[in-house]
Amino acid sequence: MSTVVGEMDQHDDHHHHAPSGITRWLFTTNHKDIGSMYLWFSFIMFLVGGSMAMVIRAELFQPGLQLVDPHFFNQMTTVHGLIMVFGAVMPAFTGLANWMIPMMIGAPDMALPRMNNWSFWILPFAFAILLASLFMEGGGPAFGWTFYAPLSTTYSSDSTALFVFSVHIMGISSIMGAINVIVTIMNMRAPGMSYMKMPLFVWTWFITAFLLIAVMPVLAGAVTMVLTDKYFGTSFFDAAGGGDPVMFQHIFWFFGHPEVYIMILPSFGIVSAIIPAFSRKRLFGYSSMVYATAAIAGLSFLVWAHHMFTTGMPVFAELFFMYCTMLISVPTGVKVFNWVATMWRGSISFETPMLFALAFVILFTIGGFSGLMLAITPVDFQYHDTYFVVAHFHYVLVSGAIFSIMAAAYYWLPKWTGHMYDEGLAKLHFWASLISVNVLFFPMHFAGLAGMPRRIPDYSVQFADINQIVSIGGFAFGLSQLIFLWLVIKCVKGGKKAPAKPWEGAEGLEWTVPSPAPYHTFDTPPEVK
Amino acid sequence: MSIRLITALAAMTPIAAQAQSQLNLTQGVTEISQRVYDLHMTIFYICCVIGVVVFGAMFWSMIRHRKSKGRKPATFHENIKVEILWTIIPFLILIGMAIPATSTLIAMEDTSEADVTVLVTGSQWKWHYKYFDSDVEYFSLLATPRQQIENRLEKGENYLLEVDRPLVIPTDRKVRFLITSDDVIHSWWVPDFAVKKDANPGFINETWTQVDEPGIYRGQCAELCGKDHGFMPVVVIAKTPAEYDAWLAEQEEIQRKAKEEEQRLLAMSMDMDELMDLGEQVYLGSCAACHQASGEGIPGVFPALKGSPMALNDMNGHIDIVVNGKTGTSMQAFGNQLSLRELAAVITYERNAWGNDTGETVQASDVNAFMNE
Repeated sequence: MSTVVGEMDQHDDHHHHAPSGITRWLFTTNHKDIGSMYLWFSFIMFLVGGSMAMVIRAELFQPGLQLVDPHFFNQMTTVHGLIMVFGAVMPAFTGLANWMIPMMIGAPDMALPRMNNWSFWILPFAFAILLASLFMEGGGPAFGWTFYAPLSTTYSSDSTALFVFSVHIMGISSIMGAINVIVTIMNMRAPGMSYMKMPLFVWTWFITAFLLIAVMPVLAGAVTMVLTDKYFGTSFFDAAGGGDPVMFQHIFWFFGHPEVYIMILPSFGIVSAIIPAFSRKRLFGYSSMVYATAAIAGLSFLVWAHHMFTTGMPVFAELFFMYCTMLISVPTGVKVFNWVATMWRGSISFETPMLFALAFVILFTIGGFSGLMLAITPVDFQYHDTYFVVAHFHYVLVSGAIFSIMAAAYYWLPKWTGHMYDEGLAKLHFWASLISVNVLFFPMHFAGLAGMPRRIPDYSVQFADINQIVSIGGFAFGLSQLIFLWLVIKCVKGGKKAPAKPWEGAEGLEWTVPSPAPYHTFDTPPEVK
Repeated sequence: MSIRLITALAAMTPIAAQAQSQLNLTQGVTEISQRVYDLHMTIFYICCVIGVVVFGAMFWSMIRHRKSKGRKPATFHENIKVEILWTIIPFLILIGMAIPATSTLIAMEDTSEADVTVLVTGSQWKWHYKYFDSDVEYFSLLATPRQQIENRLEKGENYLLEVDRPLVIPTDRKVRFLITSDDVIHSWWVPDFAVKKDANPGFINETWTQVDEPGIYRGQCAELCGKDHGFMPVVVIAKTPAEYDAWLAEQEEIQRKAKEEEQRLLAMSMDMDELMDLGEQVYLGSCAACHQASGEGIPGVFPALKGSPMALNDMNGHIDIVVNGKTGTSMQAFGNQLSLRELAAVITYERNAWGNDTGETVQASDVNAFMNE
């Protein structure tokens, strides 16, 4: 069926003469190269952001101020959040999109390869600027990744200008990546690959890309207003000049809430590929999965103010946002039920991608439960800005998004490298991560319910035991990720030769090309039945 | 209704009773906080039930439908009826949840017909309380000693949850809080009242409570407000109405006397040692959070006072900035926070500590003259 371009290796590739050394990576327009760079970049950022989390957990290991002063602590929480959101999770998904979307739809490459190169290569500069700001006089951004005005305007240090500039670059990169995904999917599908035949990973990314294009400019607007408020005398967020600090939060969360779905929809796609593969059974309710994803994306524009219930909104607005937020649990529930129905009466095996996917479903659902609790406005007044919220979004982002990225990495590593990864090491990584992530984040629910606010460098003695447990879980989770680093390096360097389709139940065009995938795939489009 | 039943069952289980001591949400001391707690438990148990069903089905599949048991996969992959069913059922559960949540929310937002009104103003990093219909107003600062925070002394029972002057409110009366801020956004939170409301600069938010039990209730600032966000607790004492009235009258008297005393003291001048002693106390309480005990500030954020040209040469500018603050920065106006004596002492201290050694004293009368210019 497919026209695999022979056993073509880089050295017989006569279409372009591939440059070697650093220029190969600097000038590459190949979706696989760019995908790899995105993935490595995001993993490096994951470790950088993770080490900041280690600083946070070390300081919180016991009550009192031990290691860092509160101002530096605030820089750590802020930059940890920014790096994990914009540097780790989002580029990882873009990397997966680069690698997999062309192969999944039978396209030779992304539609806009030069823009693809550029959208990656501006990212290291964005994060270099952000990280450099930590070494400025006055320190880096210390106002939380949500940079609420006026803390981020009148009351911030001068590194704010660098923060704004780096967020602009990240936003431009994301928008270009999203445009590329949309253009590729709309124009480059192989003959016969109708929309409703696309793998769910392609579908979820397609919808995610629209969300990105819709909201990244809103973020750009927010940071620009912060910039002009701070340096050019405007008063968008300053009541003294006719502005409103709460308006900042409306603008930020109008970006911020779709943003959280940007970080989870591609996960849904990944898990929807892996669960059927290892259950050896087709995905249950494909079309309802597509509609549920679209419904979640649509609703994500109507719920932003649930992050702001305590800002003093009219009752009517509080009710509206509460109802819309509760409603989101319906399509999300449909997805979970479909995954369970896919497993039901399947023939299940438990290779590492499946283990991470199963952990994703369970732990993401727990995060969904706490999300549902947070939706109830009267109770949210108690939960808001406590560790309960911290527990909630780490369940959906770490054991949700990050676990799905891990699952994807294990699932497609044989295709990327041509080698099977070390299954024993992978299982060790999985179990170490699974246990430590729960020791890390589960007790945070209790700390929050008992009244511990988030973003504090020191706490009252009643929270000492919980924080000690959490910190131990944090260190263990951090160390566990080094196993993954070791495993990937080992897999890139060698290992058992991987067949074209290493997973018995896997489906999709990517498995019709050899492993490792040739530098150029589908020069002639495959025929999709 | 079934939700009521679940809540009732929940209340009877020993785990719930045990957990609420320190791992669960507080039931609080108001009717509202109790309703909030009930809502919390209801939704929690609903989540548990859904969790048992969903995870149960998952684990059943994982255990029974595994390849290693020689299972052959079924081939079904679609069923419209099932899809509709698991869309409708959660929807109905949500409606069941939304009804009690809506009525509680409406009750929480009804600030009408309050008996007592208190204006709560947040600033970096303290709360200010002003009673309407009386002259009483004061700041409420963290009372935990620095030594405890820096691990040089054993931490007390209410570490970081104690203030020098708590807010006092009457029991059995509807108390309305008007909440605002002087600088960044803060959030005034007392878990036992289920009250958390943001303090937005330039805007006033409203909330209320009615406490039934006299007692001491502790909370914290809940919105990141800068460096010492973790160090601005809220403490509220609820007294019976009679005790409250007596307390308020007493405070009015004290504040009136203090003003008189201040005017009387204007004529007196303090010597350098007295000024420096008092000045150091005031400095550590009000200034050191930003400018640091060493007077060196934090470069790029909070300017150093040690060796600063203003502290060495410009006395009028120095008095001005302490009294009026500097707009557009974190530097607050201390003119209404400190007494004339304290202002004089702290300015003297800043001009003579850490090797600034100007040898100049500032007297209360100097500050008073400046303020009346």
